[in-house]
Amino acid sequence: MFRKLVISTIAALSLSSGAVFAAGGAGYVENYEFSFQGPFGRFDQDQLQRGLQVYTEVCAACHGLQYVAYRNLSDEGGLGYTEDEVRAFAAQFEVYDASIDDWRTATPNDHFPQSGLETAPDLSLMAKARAGFSGPYGLGLNQLFKGMGGPEYIASLLTHYTGEEVEQYGTFFYENESFPGGLIAMAPPLWDGAVEFADGSPNDVESMAKDVAAFLTWAAEPRMMARKQMGFTAIIMLGILSVMLYLTNKKLWAPVKARAKAAAK
Amino acid sequence: MSGIPHDHYEPKSNGEKWLHSRLPIVGLLYDTLMIPTPKNLNWMWIWGIVLVFCLVMQIVTGIILVMHYTPHVDLAFASVEHIMRNVNGGWAIRYIHQNGASLFFIAVYLHIFRGLYYGSYKAPREVTWIIGMLIYLMMMGTAFMGYVLPWGQMSFWGATVITGLFGAIPFVGEAIQTWLLGGPAVDNATLNRFLSLHYLLPFVILGLVIVHIWAFHTTGNNNPTGVEVRRTSKKDAEADTLPFWPYFVIKDLFALAVILVAFFAIVGFMPNYLGHPDNYIEANPLVTPAHIVPEWYFLPFYAILRAFDGDVWVVIAADFLTGGIIDAKFFGVLAMFGAIIVMALVPWLDTSSVRSGRYRPMFKPWFWVFVINFFVLMWAGAMPAEGIYPYIALIGSAYWFAYFLVILPLLGVLEKPTTPPSTIEDDFNAHYGDAASGNGPAAAKIPAE
Repeated sequence: MFRKLVISTIAALSLSSGAVFAAGGAGYVENYEFSFQGPFGRFDQDQLQRGLQVYTEVCAACHGLQYVAYRNLSDEGGLGYTEDEVRAFAAQFEVYDASIDDWRTATPNDHFPQSGLETAPDLSLMAKARAGFSGPYGLGLNQLFKGMGGPEYIASLLTHYTGEEVEQYGTFFYENESFPGGLIAMAPPLWDGAVEFADGSPNDVESMAKDVAAFLTWAAEPRMMARKQMGFTAIIMLGILSVMLYLTNKKLWAPVKARAKAAAK
Repeated sequence: MSGIPHDHYEPKSNGEKWLHSRLPIVGLLYDTLMIPTPKNLNWMWIWGIVLVFCLVMQIVTGIILVMHYTPHVDLAFASVEHIMRNVNGGWAIRYIHQNGASLFFIAVYLHIFRGLYYGSYKAPREVTWIIGMLIYLMMMGTAFMGYVLPWGQMSFWGATVITGLFGAIPFVGEAIQTWLLGGPAVDNATLNRFLSLHYLLPFVILGLVIVHIWAFHTTGNNNPTGVEVRRTSKKDAEADTLPFWPYFVIKDLFALAVILVAFFAIVGFMPNYLGHPDNYIEANPLVTPAHIVPEWYFLPFYAILRAFDGDVWVVIAADFLTGGIIDAKFFGVLAMFGAIIVMALVPWLDTSSVRSGRYRPMFKPWFWVFVINFFVLMWAGAMPAEGIYPYIALIGSAYWFAYFLVILPLLGVLEKPTTPPSTIEDDFNAHYGDAASGNGPAAAKIPAE
């Protein structure tokens, strides 16, 4: 009955949903290495800054980042810009302010703009909204070791265009091995040398893809460093508490168990 | 508290006497905390404390989350992101609350399996069991409505599918569904009432937990042997038991601390592992996710719901016999709720004269198959309803019902149980005499009497 329900819902909604959604089928996701993986992993500040540059110069043309504020760029455990640098960064942009009914220069308290292109999804949470890894057999065990696969999915998507174009109902789609269904409406956004980094870091497609995937992971989970810190603090404190309670319990029960041992002989 | 003979609270100072004659609250707390507890309880008896801890943790974190959450379809998703990004420590509170639900269900399933193995549901503890099942149902309702509140894709579509189940009820289903949703579809009215009920139900659960504790404090705890505490005299009772404080409080707190180490490892290092990534996409009534799945703790029942499609002969028979009133959809709903109802009725379905599974040689393999089957159903519920998976779900569902309706009633008649120890004291002495003396089982089997 459930299948019927879903199929009928999909049928009812298929006219308004994008054709690519109906295709289904998970794509190939490469298990890229990132510095922030694992309990000890930390964001690479330089990589996040490069990622922001790729985002600003390439992605931001169509995509938005509505839940991230400019002030977040100076947050601890993130890109590590100073407040003055953030003010200068924000000043490059104009935002529409409803209270004056006009456009004005952005301040650190403003958020990044929403997507300019209606079909381009907002990227604030994309690194958490995609799970590149699953299985085996739907058990989710791979995710224990590889992570959920959000940043890996983003980086893979950007590096796994085949170069083929397909026309469907007058719209061009680009073949992509990582995109579910295999056909994506976004043209390949990166090419070697698309962005010039000030420090001369490598700017081939794969390097830039990993940089922007790292940046988007930060955008989706800006408190990751604080979270891991809390994890360690909690584990150490509770570990000490466990040992103390274990010893207390042992001492408390020792006479009871000794009496039992004596009685059993 | 009646039951096992033990020392009661005696007010000593004038102040205590003054209060005790007006409100015997100190005596109530004293008797609750000092209840004689079978001293042979094993590590499966820790989950009660873990569950109380979970309930308190969820209520405390939940109350804080509500201070920052906005129950409106246009603002709910953004307000959760506001909690995650702007509220001081909001990400921690929210991740603890989100993963706390999983810890709550892990603990409740282990607690239920403990009861099923050691026969804790049997007379005179049927009321404790029934109250427990009510708490479990309320937990499921609370968790389901809580999952809707972030207003992500799985929130929205999960709510659509689950409330759709009520629409399957013949004749009145659609009216009930509309009444539940507050409109023709999941929308703002639904979100508002789900927040209201998600806030209310935990306090109903809290009340039921007090009744649950009251009930088993009246009958006394079960224990791994299933042998009752001797009530012949206070001396006999004291040989079988130890007061809850400090012996079991310290033991349970130690277990809780160890469990919390694992819990905070999940919250700190992989807080989204047990969630669904689609819930980080804002709800969109126009885009259906490719694969709608509930949270892991609902999956076994979700598998039972989906197992009975229109190709199964019992469904076809039910459809034919009722003149189409029980169609495949309604049959699935009945099966899902029926799976919980048969579990609630287990005190009357299990006919064995022996309480604890430890002394039931035939029961043991059937029980462990039941446990494995639970995980198989969980897995089948997570897989798409195509290919071989519906058959696996169907076999698993059939076993679930057979276990309660056929196997447990028959085992009581067919099985020859072994003899439990005559007292809890014997069991305890045998265990520690054996484990500590190193003289082997022979020394342990002969209690010094």
